[in-house]
Amino acid sequence: MTEKSEAAKIEALIDEKYKLQTKDVNVFYGDFQAIKEVSMNIKPNTITAFIGPSGCGKSTFLRLFNRMNDYIEGFRVEGKIKIDDDNIYKKKIQLEQLRKEVGMVFQKPNPFPKSIFENVAYGLKIQGIKDKKLINERVEKALLQADLWNEVKADLNKSALTLSGGQQQRLCIARTLAVEPSIILMDEPTSALDPISTSKIEELIHHLKEIYTIIIVTHNMQQASRISDYTAFFYMGELIEFDKTKKIFTNPEKKRTENYITGRFG
Amino acid sequence: MPKIRELIIEKSLLSSALITIAVTVGIILVLTIETFSFFKEVSIFDFFTDIEWTPLFTQKHYGILPLLTGTLLTTFIAISVALPIGLSISIYLSEYAPRSFRKTIKPLLELLAAVPSVVYGFFALVVVTPYLQQFIPNLSGFNSLSAGIVMGIMIIPFVSSLSEDALFAVPKALREASYGMGATRLQTAFKVVVPAASSGIIVSIILAISRAIGETMIVAIAAGQQPRLTLDPTVPVETITAYIVQVSLGDVQHGSLEYRTIFAAGITLFIFTFLLNTVSFRIRKKYREKYE
Repeated sequence: MTEKSEAAKIEALIDEKYKLQTKDVNVFYGDFQAIKEVSMNIKPNTITAFIGPSGCGKSTFLRLFNRMNDYIEGFRVEGKIKIDDDNIYKKKIQLEQLRKEVGMVFQKPNPFPKSIFENVAYGLKIQGIKDKKLINERVEKALLQADLWNEVKADLNKSALTLSGGQQQRLCIARTLAVEPSIILMDEPTSALDPISTSKIEELIHHLKEIYTIIIVTHNMQQASRISDYTAFFYMGELIEFDKTKKIFTNPEKKRTENYITGRFG
Repeated sequence: MPKIRELIIEKSLLSSALITIAVTVGIILVLTIETFSFFKEVSIFDFFTDIEWTPLFTQKHYGILPLLTGTLLTTFIAISVALPIGLSISIYLSEYAPRSFRKTIKPLLELLAAVPSVVYGFFALVVVTPYLQQFIPNLSGFNSLSAGIVMGIMIIPFVSSLSEDALFAVPKALREASYGMGATRLQTAFKVVVPAASSGIIVSIILAISRAIGETMIVAIAAGQQPRLTLDPTVPVETITAYIVQVSLGDVQHGSLEYRTIFAAGITLFIFTFLLNTVSFRIRKKYREKYE
């Protein structure tokens, strides 16, 4: 009996639908190939960390999922990239719709030079939502989720630029959450922050996993091992190894992964 | 030896700077002194309230208002042309155009400002006015409308180039944040980039206004030389600058009261442009380090 349910569990795990799927993805900037034949599947409600030395393509790969690379001159992509089984590089895709589904938090906090409230409400307003009550609710909810509400509730009309770096980054997270995406891409979100702000954001990311699928690019190996469920190691545009974080950091399959995580290069 | 050479170079650089300042101070001094002697004979109250400006007639009136409205009217028309066009160009170049296109088109636009204004003046008089007369039959041969429109074309690069610099200087990260939340290019341009660049855009507009107020040739040629207190753009008017040209070129006796009117008019003009430049300088200084 127990054996059976165990088997059923494993089967259920295999059958679990993937949130993001990529197959044989190549990315070029002009003649330069930035990503080489990368295939990877990511499960919903997990945190996946992308690690690797600078220039290894991890940020490029991350930015494929919300098509942020489209603005770079000479950018070209081959292969399949699917979100919820939908090819996001098909011709008919609505970029605006995709980006509501796939939110992004950037390396440096980049709040708009507007009030705290206006920052969080921005994504809703550009969708044409006019209902003040709804906007107020969503702004409050997003700020609560981003663990910033208590610090800013006294004056939401204050300029976002008066906040500290760590608060600004949490504001940027709140701004992304307000749109209610299902995936959040984070491109080294704590690299510009002090350790205390960093640990606050890591804790926050950990909670957000319950609702969102999160991919985080990080230079910080400890951070990857602390917060992620899965880790992907990139090197020179190739995906060297992708597995459970525990496995990658304790018993990696590839020599190069081991060398990198033990600090022998990179 | 090298020390002496350094010293000579340093001093000569300093003296060039000082000469420039001295000339400016000299101009202001002459303007002020001549204006003072003008106001010994004409009351300041009349100068600002009299609605006629006829210093060259036998029946003399010294009210600056007609010249001032002439100046402001042509400037207003010019800005109405330059602002929407210049701003559209700057937004297009900074947010939509490919980099290579931007690099070619920007210097070309700046050529507009390099055309001698006398050419613009004749263009207004012999091309624009006759063309407009087809639609506005009672448009006078000299009028503030065509002078204003052509002046607007001339100052487009003031608005477009400086505004574009301001828009382009908005950090890429802000655009990415906006795109990343599902905003279109248009939404990003108008809701994020333009507000973030607003101080630079305002400065560009102020400088363009300042340029339009001081512009002389176009209005002297195409707007007429009839001081008239009116807001009607179809009739001849006279601006402060055009009046100064008229008197300077005419046979008015040096040192006479008629002659001094140009200093009073000149200082009025100077105060306007000085205020505008000061305001724009303040704005620029205040907001410059916002993103650094």
